[in-house]
Amino acid sequence: MTKAAALLLAGGLALSACASDEEGSSGSGSNGGGEGDLKVGVAYDTGGRGDKSFNDSAIAGVEAAVEALGGDVKEDIQELSPNDDGSDRGELLTQLAENGFNPVIAVGFAYGDIIGDIAADYPETQFAIVDTSVEEMGVDNLTGLIFAEEEGSFLAGVAAASKSATGHIGFVGGQESPLIGKFEAGYKAGAEAVKPGIIVDVKYLSPAGDPSGFGDSEGGKVAAQGMYQAGADIVFHAAGGSGEGVFEAAVEAGQRAIGVDSDQYLSATSPEQQAVIMTSMLKRVDNAVESYITDFSEGDLQGGTDILSDLETGGIDLSTSGGFIDDIQSVIDDWRQQIVDGEVEVPTTP
Amino acid sequence: MTALRRIGTSLAAPALAVVVALVITTLVILAIGQNPMTALQVLLDFGDTPAQQTQAIVVILNRAVPLFLAGLAVSVAFRMGLFNIGVEGQYRMATVVAAGVGAAVVLPAPLHILLIMVVAMAVGAIWAGIVAVLKVTRGVSEVISSIMLNFIALGTASWLLTGPLRGSEEGAAIITTTDIPESGRFPALNGLFDAIGLAQPRGQLFGFLIVAVVVGIVISVLLKRTRFGFDLRATGLSPSAATASGIDARAMVVKTMLISGAVAGLIGLPDLLGRTYHFGTEFTAGLGFLGIAVALLGRNSPLGIAFAALLFAFLDRAAVPLQFADIPASVVTIIQGTIVLSVVIANEIARQVSRRRAEHGTGQASAPAPDDGATGTGPAGTRIDARQEAGA
Repeated sequence: MTKAAALLLAGGLALSACASDEEGSSGSGSNGGGEGDLKVGVAYDTGGRGDKSFNDSAIAGVEAAVEALGGDVKEDIQELSPNDDGSDRGELLTQLAENGFNPVIAVGFAYGDIIGDIAADYPETQFAIVDTSVEEMGVDNLTGLIFAEEEGSFLAGVAAASKSATGHIGFVGGQESPLIGKFEAGYKAGAEAVKPGIIVDVKYLSPAGDPSGFGDSEGGKVAAQGMYQAGADIVFHAAGGSGEGVFEAAVEAGQRAIGVDSDQYLSATSPEQQAVIMTSMLKRVDNAVESYITDFSEGDLQGGTDILSDLETGGIDLSTSGGFIDDIQSVIDDWRQQIVDGEVEVPTTP
Repeated sequence: MTALRRIGTSLAAPALAVVVALVITTLVILAIGQNPMTALQVLLDFGDTPAQQTQAIVVILNRAVPLFLAGLAVSVAFRMGLFNIGVEGQYRMATVVAAGVGAAVVLPAPLHILLIMVVAMAVGAIWAGIVAVLKVTRGVSEVISSIMLNFIALGTASWLLTGPLRGSEEGAAIITTTDIPESGRFPALNGLFDAIGLAQPRGQLFGFLIVAVVVGIVISVLLKRTRFGFDLRATGLSPSAATASGIDARAMVVKTMLISGAVAGLIGLPDLLGRTYHFGTEFTAGLGFLGIAVALLGRNSPLGIAFAALLFAFLDRAAVPLQFADIPASVVTIIQGTIVLSVVIANEIARQVSRRRAEHGTGQASAPAPDDGATGTGPAGTRIDARQEAGA
């Protein structure tokens, strides 16, 4: 019995090895960083390239920038993925810097507690980190690319509350964390602003410290099913790959869902899913990364500061693909303007 | 002669396993259209400058230390036929509590570190003790209860981290405990490189390496040279026979799990005391499960586990340079997985070969009786090792 379990485990190990990060890294192994040459190093979040979300969005931005600046996408970009437990994140950044890549872009807040020290060790290299504020770190060659997720989520809440027939909506978060808390806070505030007293079901798929909630499609489906059965008719997810399950549940329940990060209406896997994705809260990591690299090559980087993407800059937005929210566009635009003007203060913690 | 043959058999299995794993990996690399020789080169290339080479050694050793402790924790239970899958939860609970206690007190350096270690071992032992108590009082399979306790540990650790032990400020993207003060940090071993005339690496070598070596020796002596160790191995081989000869099997389950849990409690400390100085949402997870693979590969002997941990760490180090050479880092995971799988299979084959030899051979009187072939309660390797030592 125990031996069978051991074999099973070992087999699982080998299998998961095959399944995990099939990233097609590109770039040269030789030392880059010649005069004037743009050599961009990208360190992914766990999951690596091909996650149809965060990492893919970041690399799309890098490739767009390198292309626009006349570089070679294959030769001038080096992508690295951390190992499954993320224990070698520091090595990724240092080796990119040591091999002459500049700038080095860390995708994801998981790099937040090490990137400050590493950037300080390589003052000649410019570093950027997505989703982490760096202003208190006091490192001149480090830029934070941060987003006002709560503002976009507020608009998602406005859309959901305006469209809800039952006065009952839901939110599925990936991992319990301050980052996803911003989505929840904004969404609830937006819904409450339009329809005071609206019921908002909230469910997180994994506790703090356990990132499994971003890749748990089944868990996302069960959570959303529960909400639809309880009477919710629109569910917003901020759960990465688990969102797939939320959409499935929406299709089965004949209700609607709201996507996140990219325009998920466009990337939906089936027409049935397209029909239920009412809108998506856009977080344009690609645009932020692209303009960062452009600034870098033009020598316009400030360093030591954060670059904020929000509704005002367009780095945060609500998608309109499918035309499901065209009839309430004026309401949304009205709230958008109030947020941009500072008349509405959106909370960042639930 | 017998001794030689025995050594030959015990080395043949792992060697065969590594060869099989290399063949499979070569095929995989060919299948994705890359050159296997490049991969091999990357595996063996530690860098151009002396500092880069010592850095590679530091990376390997720093990775091997927690893997070794994890393998050791799993193996202690394995030896008795207990499958402690709960090492993952045990070290997670231990690390979060130790981080909290370590940050809350200020003591002179050696005492501070000692306190953190004792707390970690105690928490790990208690968490594993729950499994033991459930097993001896209610007959709950340790496999089931330890898996379930992993989930509870994950949730509890998360609650401790976000609640009472939270040290990072509100709104920070990574939630952590408060940093352990200077006196609770384990000094690095970088002086060693100067002492033996090597270049200084850019990183720090975990001082916890020394603790790991000491724990390895203690466990080794405990298992091989004490009455307790004999009882443990005997119970692992045949619980009923052990009971008949006067060993209290229930007490043995509790003691073994406590030791296994105490060692598990140390797994997170190299990182905690040598690098991060806090527990947090990004603290390295999964070492408990890797420990099962390392213990299998090391055939449950402390020395074997040390080699297995070094091998895993050696392969892990290549994950980054492989990507520079356009080869996916998952190649490393594939090698590790196939090695473990092959070791399990090779052990089985080696045992059958030695059994046949015994059945047909002559002059076997002085040799240890070969296995009777019945599948034991322990994982592959346990029986052979224990039997050989019992016979020796």
